[in-house]
Amino acid sequence: MKILGIESSSLVASVAVVTDDVLTAEYTVNFKKTHSQTLLPMIDEIAGMLELDLHTIDAIAAAGGPGSFTGLRIGTATAKGLGLALKKPLIHIPTLEAMAYNLWGTDRLVCPIMDARRNQVYTGLYHVSRELETVKEQCPMSVEELVSGLNDRMEPVIFLGDGVGAYRSQIEELMKAPYDFAPAQSNRQRAASVAALGMEYLKKGLTMEAAEFVPDYLRKSQAEREREERNGQMDA
Amino acid sequence: MKKNRTEEDVYILAIESSCDETAAAVVKNGREVLSNVISSQIALHTLYGGVVPEIASRKHIEKINQVIEAALSQASMTLEEMTAIAVTYGPGLVGALLVGVAEAKAIAYGAGKPLVGVHHIEGHVSANFIEHPDLEPPFICLIVSGGHTHLVVVKDYGEFEILGRTRDDAAGEAFDKVARAVGLGYPGGPKVDKAAKEGNPYAVRFPRAKVEKAPYDFSFSGLKSAVLNHINHARMMGEEICVPDLAASFQYAVVDVLVSHTVEAARELGYRRVAMAGGVASNSALRGEMRRACKKAGLELYYPSPVLCTDNGAMIGAAAYYEYINGARSGWDLNAVPNLKLGER
Repeated sequence: MKILGIESSSLVASVAVVTDDVLTAEYTVNFKKTHSQTLLPMIDEIAGMLELDLHTIDAIAAAGGPGSFTGLRIGTATAKGLGLALKKPLIHIPTLEAMAYNLWGTDRLVCPIMDARRNQVYTGLYHVSRELETVKEQCPMSVEELVSGLNDRMEPVIFLGDGVGAYRSQIEELMKAPYDFAPAQSNRQRAASVAALGMEYLKKGLTMEAAEFVPDYLRKSQAEREREERNGQMDA
Repeated sequence: MKKNRTEEDVYILAIESSCDETAAAVVKNGREVLSNVISSQIALHTLYGGVVPEIASRKHIEKINQVIEAALSQASMTLEEMTAIAVTYGPGLVGALLVGVAEAKAIAYGAGKPLVGVHHIEGHVSANFIEHPDLEPPFICLIVSGGHTHLVVVKDYGEFEILGRTRDDAAGEAFDKVARAVGLGYPGGPKVDKAAKEGNPYAVRFPRAKVEKAPYDFSFSGLKSAVLNHINHARMMGEEICVPDLAASFQYAVVDVLVSHTVEAARELGYRRVAMAGGVASNSALRGEMRRACKKAGLELYYPSPVLCTDNGAMIGAAAYYEYINGARSGWDLNAVPNLKLGER
């Protein structure tokens, strides 16, 4: 079984091919160039390297959110377009689940955090000692709220994600439970994890038609929020 | 016998997502529309009084595969039978454009087809080729929409000389702003057009702006301000505003300038054929006045039917055909260019 993984939910652009239990190619770039310019050329590059006929893949797994709204849509549209053209199913992988999967094998609690702006992070809590087990579903929340919950659990935890860069000093100041920050090779989004976790989803039959795939933003648009606030005030 | 590639029929699957319509079409040889599917979001954006870019982008990603699949099935064709894939890459809302661009690139790549990036405004101009098989460049074209107001010479397929442009608001933008001020709501163009049918265009004499030393340029912000001042003044005096009269008078002022500039340019530069394009080109007063003026000046007038004036995939397929046969191909790194200039590649 062969899966093409696509990750573009943050500044990182990443594509990978996982064949059964082997990562056959991964191309990850963490640079300012837009995903619109990089993502498809990166897929083309690894497909060329692997002499891969894309028709031989079984499914396309993509980070389904949360993340940068535009980044998610570029990755999603790329996956949907490929799915349509190749007639292959898509696999919707929650961004933070795939990030936690980077640290497969640890017996500690894994806490990926993405900078969500507006004083929030997108986060979730996972155990990945064997299968991925969700302790807390991904959601937006403040760092204070996250840390306070972790202090209540008092379980050793590993943080990863670009939220570490943005909130490191706050975490260091507030954390009472034992913690560590993941190192460079595993502390950002990786398409290898999206594809590898995608393989687990595929085995369970958790695929969908390309047309059905939409990102999970975990947040409404600003215009919708403001409109609801106005309507809420009118109701009150 | 081997047939020359350029003599074969060219089928283009064209995708458009620059604003608030998710659209796809299959076009044969640039002029024959085999399908033209448009999923409009107008009802949704009406809640906000205008297009909300983030909402538009979210709707595009929800609908785009269904729209493309419908375009192929309504044309009774498969993706494999397409010659090329075309997509609007600018100008427009960047987040909205990116959905179509990423999708089109992936489809072209996955299906092993060439990709052709298309300029949205060139698409609007090319809408004229679909319903007028006899129309060929050169001709004068007035392009009027919510985001654009250009007077151009279409010298050849894909080759434009810009004679004039708006210095401030686009014509359609002025319609939207005036419609909002008199409480007609969004979208302003059709609402003003409808209200004006009951009104007297000579009721209020609004200014016709001339741009000094640029006889073909337009300016609508002064006109918009004059209308707003008129409303404020009437309100202060406690006078009731007659919306149909105001709409008709405002519309007449816009149409007057658009028509006179266009006819003057054709006469001055010696072109016999005039075309219109863009959403405002479906305004009934503009069509009527332009018809009358062109007849008087002995000019032939062309404009697309309303469905081809609004954003659609067929016009992108028509424009892409001429790009394609001229050898234009886009790379896998094609990006959305929100402020792409006319004639720019």
